[in-house]
Amino acid sequence: MSIYLNKDSKIIVQGMTGGMGAKHTTLMVQSGANIVGGVNARKAGQTVELGGKELPVFGTVEEAMKETGADVSVAFVPPAFTKDACIEAIDAEIPLLVVITEGVPVLDTAEVVQYLEGKSTRMIGPNCPGIITPDESLAGITPHTIAGKGPVGLVSKSGTLTYQMMYELKDFGFTTAIGIGGDPIIGTTHIDALEAFENDPETKAIVMIGEIGGDAEERAAAYIKEHVTKPVVGYVAGFTAPEGKTMGHAGAIVSGSSGTAQAKKEALEAAGVKVGKTPSETAALMREILQKL
Amino acid sequence: MPRGNPRHCSQTKRTGHLVDLMEFQAKELFAKHGVATTLGVVAETPEAARAAAEEMGGVTVVKAQVKAGGRGKAGGVKIAKSADEAESYARDIIGMEIKGLRVNRVLVTPATPPVEEYYFSFLLDRSNRSHLCIASVEGGVEIEEVAKTNPDAVKKIRIDALEGVTPEKAAAIVDEARFPAELRDQAIEMVQALWKVYVEEDATLVEVNPLARLEGDKLEALDGKVSLDANASEVRHPDHEQFEIRDEEDPLEAAAKDKGLNYVKLDGQVGIIGNGAGLVMSTLDVVAYAGEDHGGVKPANFLDIGGGANAQVMADGLHIILGDPQVKSVFVNVFGGITACDEVANGIKGALEILGDEAAKPLVVRLDGNNVDEGRRILDELNHPLVTQVDTMDGAADKAAQLAHQA
Repeated sequence: MSIYLNKDSKIIVQGMTGGMGAKHTTLMVQSGANIVGGVNARKAGQTVELGGKELPVFGTVEEAMKETGADVSVAFVPPAFTKDACIEAIDAEIPLLVVITEGVPVLDTAEVVQYLEGKSTRMIGPNCPGIITPDESLAGITPHTIAGKGPVGLVSKSGTLTYQMMYELKDFGFTTAIGIGGDPIIGTTHIDALEAFENDPETKAIVMIGEIGGDAEERAAAYIKEHVTKPVVGYVAGFTAPEGKTMGHAGAIVSGSSGTAQAKKEALEAAGVKVGKTPSETAALMREILQKL
Repeated sequence: MPRGNPRHCSQTKRTGHLVDLMEFQAKELFAKHGVATTLGVVAETPEAARAAAEEMGGVTVVKAQVKAGGRGKAGGVKIAKSADEAESYARDIIGMEIKGLRVNRVLVTPATPPVEEYYFSFLLDRSNRSHLCIASVEGGVEIEEVAKTNPDAVKKIRIDALEGVTPEKAAAIVDEARFPAELRDQAIEMVQALWKVYVEEDATLVEVNPLARLEGDKLEALDGKVSLDANASEVRHPDHEQFEIRDEEDPLEAAAKDKGLNYVKLDGQVGIIGNGAGLVMSTLDVVAYAGEDHGGVKPANFLDIGGGANAQVMADGLHIILGDPQVKSVFVNVFGGITACDEVANGIKGALEILGDEAAKPLVVRLDGNNVDEGRRILDELNHPLVTQVDTMDGAADKAAQLAHQA
C-alpha cells in the first residue's frame, strides 16, 4: 500500500513538451512510472518520444483522460499559465494533480485552492518535488534511485531535505514520500498527508519535515496529538536562521505563533513527536523506532 | 530579484519571497488605486527635508523610510513645528539605524493630527489558505496589544479568493468593524480601494495603521505597509522593478543578486554553498551546532545554488563568498538529486580554475546522492590543496568549523 499514488496510477504531464517537462517525463518513464501521455494544445495529435516511449500529446486534460484513462497529472507549466492549467485539470476531475512549477503568484494559488473546494481533485504543490511511491510510481522530480519500498511515510516542505532524509533511511525504505512544497499556500498539507499515512496499513512510522515560517507545523502537531497513533519523528530546518524583519502587525495578530524553528519543535514535542536537531539525528530517532517495530 | 532570467520551473529558490515596500512607495500605490492618502516629499538630505517643509508650510511630520516596523518607537518619526525643526530632525533620523537597517531617506508630510485612529489590513492567511481582512476601530501603535487584551475589538474577516471584495462585502466589513455611521460610505469606498491595491498589485499584505479620521470627518491612510509577492512581480508586474531600492542592500547581497544568486549575508566565519533552500537552511543549523565545539564559529551566509550546479554558478557563488572578509572556510554541501554529483564536482573543479589565486580559503566538500562515486573520484583526482572531502553532512560541517576556527 501507499498513499495517493501506486503502480496502477496512469500519469499524464501538462507541459510535457517544454524543457523541464520533457526532461522529467523522461526520468519518470525511466523510473518505471506509467506515463501515458501529455497535454499541449498547440501540439495536439503529435507524439513525442521520451525515455524510449512514444507518448501521445492531447489538446486538453479531459481528452487525455478519456483516451488514456489517466488519473494523475503532473504540471510543469510556466508560472504565468499554472493557474489556468490547474483549473483545467480540476474541471476535468483528475483525481490527483501534482504541480511542480516554481514561482506561481500566490494569489493565483489562493484562487486555485478556493476553486478546489467541493471538487474531486487532490492537488499537491505548487513548487514541490511531487510524490514517489518507491518501486511503484513517480509523479514529480524526486530521484527514484535514492531509496526503495519500506515502512516509512515521509512528508516534507523541502525538496532536497526529502532526498536527504530518503537517503539517510534508504536501508528501511518508504511507502510513499511526498514533498508538499514550501509556498505560503499549498494544496495538500502536512495534516492531509499525516491523515493518509495514519490510514495506510503499510506505513508503520512517519517522518515529517518542516521549515521556519507560518504555523503549519504547529497545526500538524495539534492534529498528531488528536488523531495519529503511529510514531512520528520530526525535523524543522532553520534553527539558526536570522529572524526576518517583519513589517506590519498583521502576521502577529493572525497566527499568534512566532513561526520559529524552536516554536515548531516545542509544539511537535508537546504532541509526542520526537524532533531531531539535524537530519542525521532525525534519521537516528526514526531508526530507533523502526528497530523496535 | 533577478530579472530577464526566467526560471520557470527550475526547482530552485525564491518562491514565497516577499518584497517589502517603504511607506512612501506604499502610498504611491495607494494613490494609484484611489486610497485617500497624502504623498508628501521624500528627502535624502536634511536640506531637502527643510525645503519640503518650507514649501508645505506649517507643522510637518518627518518620518524615517525604512523597511521595518516600530519606527516611531525607535525615534524615527518626529513632528516639526518649523522648517528649521524639520531639517534638524531629518539630520537626526537620516543615518540612524532601525532594527539594523540604516535610514537613508525621510518622508516629509503636512501634519494632519488624527481625531481617531483605526486599523485596517488585507493579508494572505496561510493557515486558512485564503485572504483575510483585519479591521479595528481601536487602531494605532498598540494594535497588537489590543488584539491580545480585547480580541473582540479586532475583527478578522475571511475573504473568498474567487469572489474577492465586492461592494456588499466591503459594506459587511465596515459594519462588522463598527466604523462610525458618518464615515460608513467613505470607509466602504476605502476598503474597496485597498482591496484593489491588494489584488491588482499582487500584494500579500496591505496594512493601514493608522487609518485616520481627520478633522472634518475625512478618512485618510496616514501610514502604509505593503508587501508584494515577488513571484507575481516577475510574472506580471514589470513596473514593480521601480520599487527596488538598492542602497539598503549589503554589497555582497547586491553582487549576488546581480548574478541571480539566492544569497543572504550572515554574521559568521563558515561560508555555505548548497542546493535547495531546505538543505541550505539545514546546513546552517548543522554548522552552527558544529561551531559550538570550535570556538563558536557560525555560518557566514545562506547561498542556494539550486539544481544546476555548473562551473559558472559554482564560481559565481564561491566568488561572492570568498569576497566576504569574515569567511575563513567554505562548506559546499550538495545532495545530488536531479543534479549528478559528477557535474557538481566538475563545477567545483571549473570554479577553482576560473577563480585561480582568488580561491585562497579551505573548501570542505560533501557530496552525496546521484553519481556520488564519480563525483568523489573527480575531486580525489583533482587533489587540490584547498579541497577536503568529507562523506557525511555532520562530519563535513565539523571539519569546516574546525578549519574556520584554526584560521
